[in-house]
Amino acid sequence: MALIELRNLHKRFGRLVVLDGVDLQVEAGQTLVIIGASGTGKSVLLKHIVGLLKPDQGEVWFDGQRIDSLPERQLMEVRRRFGFLFQMGALFDSLTVHENIAFPLIEHTRKSPEEVRRIVQEKLRMIGLPDVGPKMPADLSGGQRKRVALARAIALDPQVILYDEPTTGLDPIRSDVINELILKLKREMRVTSIVVTHDMHSAFKVADRIVMLHEGKIAFDGTPAQIRESDNAIVRRFVLGEASPEELGALHIAASATPSRR
Amino acid sequence: MPTAVIERIGRNTNDALAAFGAFWCFTGRVLGWLFRGAMAWRNMRLLLPQMYEIGVRSVPVIAVTGAFIGMVMAVETHTQFKTIGQEQRLGSIIVLSVVKQIGPVLAAVMLAGRVGGALTAELGTMNVTEQLDAMRVMGADPIRYLVVPRFLACVILTPILTIYSDLLGVLGGWFIAVKALGVPNEPFWFYAQQGVDTWQVMEGLIKSVFFGGAIGLISCYKGFNSGAGAAGVGRACTEAFVASFISIIILNFFFAQLLKDWYIAIYGVQGIFG
Repeated sequence: MALIELRNLHKRFGRLVVLDGVDLQVEAGQTLVIIGASGTGKSVLLKHIVGLLKPDQGEVWFDGQRIDSLPERQLMEVRRRFGFLFQMGALFDSLTVHENIAFPLIEHTRKSPEEVRRIVQEKLRMIGLPDVGPKMPADLSGGQRKRVALARAIALDPQVILYDEPTTGLDPIRSDVINELILKLKREMRVTSIVVTHDMHSAFKVADRIVMLHEGKIAFDGTPAQIRESDNAIVRRFVLGEASPEELGALHIAASATPSRR
Repeated sequence: MPTAVIERIGRNTNDALAAFGAFWCFTGRVLGWLFRGAMAWRNMRLLLPQMYEIGVRSVPVIAVTGAFIGMVMAVETHTQFKTIGQEQRLGSIIVLSVVKQIGPVLAAVMLAGRVGGALTAELGTMNVTEQLDAMRVMGADPIRYLVVPRFLACVILTPILTIYSDLLGVLGGWFIAVKALGVPNEPFWFYAQQGVDTWQVMEGLIKSVFFGGAIGLISCYKGFNSGAGAAGVGRACTEAFVASFISIIILNFFFAQLLKDWYIAIYGVQGIFG
């Protein structure tokens, strides 16, 4: 049985249809990468999985339990089994790095301060930043912030980690560090991972399976090898990073309208 | 064309009612958490920094506002009282106005600007940078963690700051009336004491508890529901101040009516001119 299952998911914001009947199953231990152009509903899909957004229609199932209809209090219990890496990290800027990572431990466990300190240090070592505990998030670089946010996401040893554009805004070296971390967590913690990204290098590196969203529907579902061989024009253009003639049309008009200087 | 107008009116009405309902749901959740262990130590440790931020750091602005209210009252009323030869009774009108009406209302308005704006901006920024979502994902309710301590600090500290504002208002009025305008000292304090009793002091304080509650709830609600980006947070701050200000004015009217009726029922009508 699938660990996570989305059934006929629909979501719209005002008149904008974001998800238009998405069906998706994620097996335990799998690393699923969701790709798609900006604004196609990848992050919206991710937020449905942890109940941050409620579907207009359809169902969200986790470990045999329907969760989209659960009240907030029960949903909180379910969410403890998830780690979520937000696009910008979403570290609490009034707390130090140590306090950020300790937050879920203090909220949900009765561990002693020494035990909490030990776990925080262990997580910081896992992400390769053992000395940043006393720093404030504002004192960290973009890549460090994401790694610290990841340390916070794994503080409670979750069963599933959701990554919302983990490499966006990072240089290729920092992006690769994040990719390696995703693989390391999969190896060491045996977690199920769902990664939302439009970074194809990252997708090929970490994915067991790739799903592409296009206009609110799943346009492709297969392995990294299969997506490389896909003959679907939309999928091919996205994988190769080529704009369509229609998308370039506006630029050609603008270019031809520009007066030449002689 | 008329259909579009009707549609727009319908949509706006619907949105306004939905927002009103959402605000009361939010209030219900705040009160729910408040009664489910606000005094537990893990919640108390969240309250103390807010009390410092909302209370201690508001003292200068409240002091200046309170003192100048009393001074303006003395300047404005002195001429009129002098024309009827009653300037010795200036103390009663200054103290009564400051303690019962102007002190609590202006202290609350200043807090709505200083504290309310800061609360909305802080929570609004947390909202647009997904920090509130991060908290929810970690299984912590941001209402318990962020709103309840701020609401409680507003409710506890607005009356205390009002007392401080009242005190400085009376002293400001005394300074102008006695030291600058030559009203004799002893009659000033005699009539000041005659002009107010415990009920009137309490009236100002009871109102200020509700003013503080309104400021806390409205500011936090607006922060939680701010739009995206810097513009969204800025708009939320403006809306929070306007809504808090209107609430203070409306609450003041209803409390004036309610508490006056109770006072008359208990003590009968008492004139300030004896």
